[in-house]
Amino acid sequence: MTSVALERMSVSLDGVRVVSELSLDVEPGQWVGLIGPNGAGKTTVLRAVAGLVEYEGRLDVFHDEVAALSRREVARRIALVPQNPVIPPDMTVLEYVLLGRTPHVSYLGSPGDGDLGACRSALGRLDAAHLADRRLGSLSGGERQRAVLARAIAQEAPLVLLDEPTTALDVGAQQQVLELVAGLRANGNLTVLSAMHDLTVAGQYADRLVLLDGGREIASGQPAEVLTETLIARHYGASVLVVSDPEAGIAVVPLRPRLEAEEHVG
Amino acid sequence: MIASSRARRGLTAAAGLSLGWAVIGALVLGGALLVGFAVGPVDLGVGAIVREILSHVPFLGVKSPLDDTEQAIFWQLRAPRVVLGALVGAMLASAGAGYQGVFRNPLADPYLLGAAAGAGLGATLVIAYANDSGASRELRPLAAFVGATAGVAAAYAIGRSVGGRTTASLILAGVTVASFLTAVQTFVQQRNTDTVQQVYAWILGQLETSGWREVAIALPYMAVSWAVLLVHGRLLDVLAVGDEEAASLGVSVSRVRLLVLGAATLGTAVAVALSGLIAFVGIIVPHAIRLVAGTSYRVVMPLSIMFGGAFLVLADVLARTVTSPAELPIGVVTAFFGAPFFALLLRTTRVAGP
Repeated sequence: MTSVALERMSVSLDGVRVVSELSLDVEPGQWVGLIGPNGAGKTTVLRAVAGLVEYEGRLDVFHDEVAALSRREVARRIALVPQNPVIPPDMTVLEYVLLGRTPHVSYLGSPGDGDLGACRSALGRLDAAHLADRRLGSLSGGERQRAVLARAIAQEAPLVLLDEPTTALDVGAQQQVLELVAGLRANGNLTVLSAMHDLTVAGQYADRLVLLDGGREIASGQPAEVLTETLIARHYGASVLVVSDPEAGIAVVPLRPRLEAEEHVG
Repeated sequence: MIASSRARRGLTAAAGLSLGWAVIGALVLGGALLVGFAVGPVDLGVGAIVREILSHVPFLGVKSPLDDTEQAIFWQLRAPRVVLGALVGAMLASAGAGYQGVFRNPLADPYLLGAAAGAGLGATLVIAYANDSGASRELRPLAAFVGATAGVAAAYAIGRSVGGRTTASLILAGVTVASFLTAVQTFVQQRNTDTVQQVYAWILGQLETSGWREVAIALPYMAVSWAVLLVHGRLLDVLAVGDEEAASLGVSVSRVRLLVLGAATLGTAVAVALSGLIAFVGIIVPHAIRLVAGTSYRVVMPLSIMFGGAFLVLADVLARTVTSPAELPIGVVTAFFGAPFFALLLRTTRVAGP
């Protein structure tokens, strides 16, 4: 039983192939992190899984081809947290979280007590119940990200796609958000597929990493297998130091390139 | 105390229109209708009108105080005009709310998007070239609908091609399309001097009725339009987070957009065909509602119908009385109040857009 199964999946946008014959299995309850330089195709993979772009090859979500499912059925299985969510400033947090119930409300119906309960419980799980009546425009970056996560949780989908969930958050808010996701995963049988920028964070939270470059899979496996100085140097063009500690996990520390540093000093 | 008010607000968020606002809306609309019924060259009196209306309700046993002539004035002249005003105002306001939801743009309005100008051109063509045929009045809504659809489509296409879908580019495109269509319309009008008077009076907006005929023409179209608009309030709320996120929440964005646009354009076309170009109702009514009652379209849509109807009935009362016994075109009244309000709105709107 797999949550997501990609088999030689390719995506072309405006005639340019941005994902090339990618194969990937995500098991239920797993957290798989997609990493790779800008333009590697991470976001496109997530959008394809969410049924938002056309693809070639196979893409199954809980054993059904995504392209064959109705929009509503996809939304019941998959919740997407986009990189830059659109935040209507005048909407209250509760109204916003209620949008997550959309796939569960019939076309002519309106949300009922059960939907409201799901929203309140989602906010409660993120320690955000006190934000319910605040307007989105008045929230801090961290609070806003909680509102977005709460919407995804209220959607009650077994698979959550996170696209750079911590961009623009300070280190504390980053940690909070990721711990919340990790906590949600521990409580239920939630599967997470995320695109991640910060390699240290990726290594610490994901069970498995997939390194993409140019739309192709370069490496896949345990964080320690993928986060190597050679691979990062080759595909990010960055010089880094990978520090591995049995207790603290992996940290990827950027190093200032030698030559450049000397020029500046000299 | 705070907790209970929070719980209540939570409930409204889930339930849509609250009972309190529904009652206020009904009272305002009812009050406006009564004012509209009561004001006119022949003084009928509010109390007498209420009793006249109640006398038609079976089993109440209320006797009408009006004589035959007064009854004729009320039922054949005044009531149809006031009711048509309420329908047109309600339609323009709710269509405006629909456009605003679809385009995620608080400045979208049937008038600014080229819908009204397109409808105007369509109706002018009918007046100019098919005025002699008996079906002229009935043909106008259809021609107006075709024109309105073309106007909105052109505005949307141009707005998209020049600058994505920002607030400003769509409005500028709408104004461009409207100017062009208005120019064509003026040309047609000048070429047909025999009907110029009729077209001109109609352009400025006039609630002209001959008995209940106009109401009967408008009602079926508007009923369809309102049914679609009201049903889609919840989904318009989802569109607020953008096409892609709305799709990821399970909404067929293009279908919702098409249905709401079609309904709003149909309603606008009928309103324009029957009453001419009445500007700003579609923008000031929904916006005022958002300020006081909340931004959810499940609230804005029904209240736009009620307050929009009330607004135009009262504007018509002004149009009828300010220069009495002459009549001001109602479009002049709405523009007189609407334009300053629009300027205010421009100042406070984040022009960057979605």
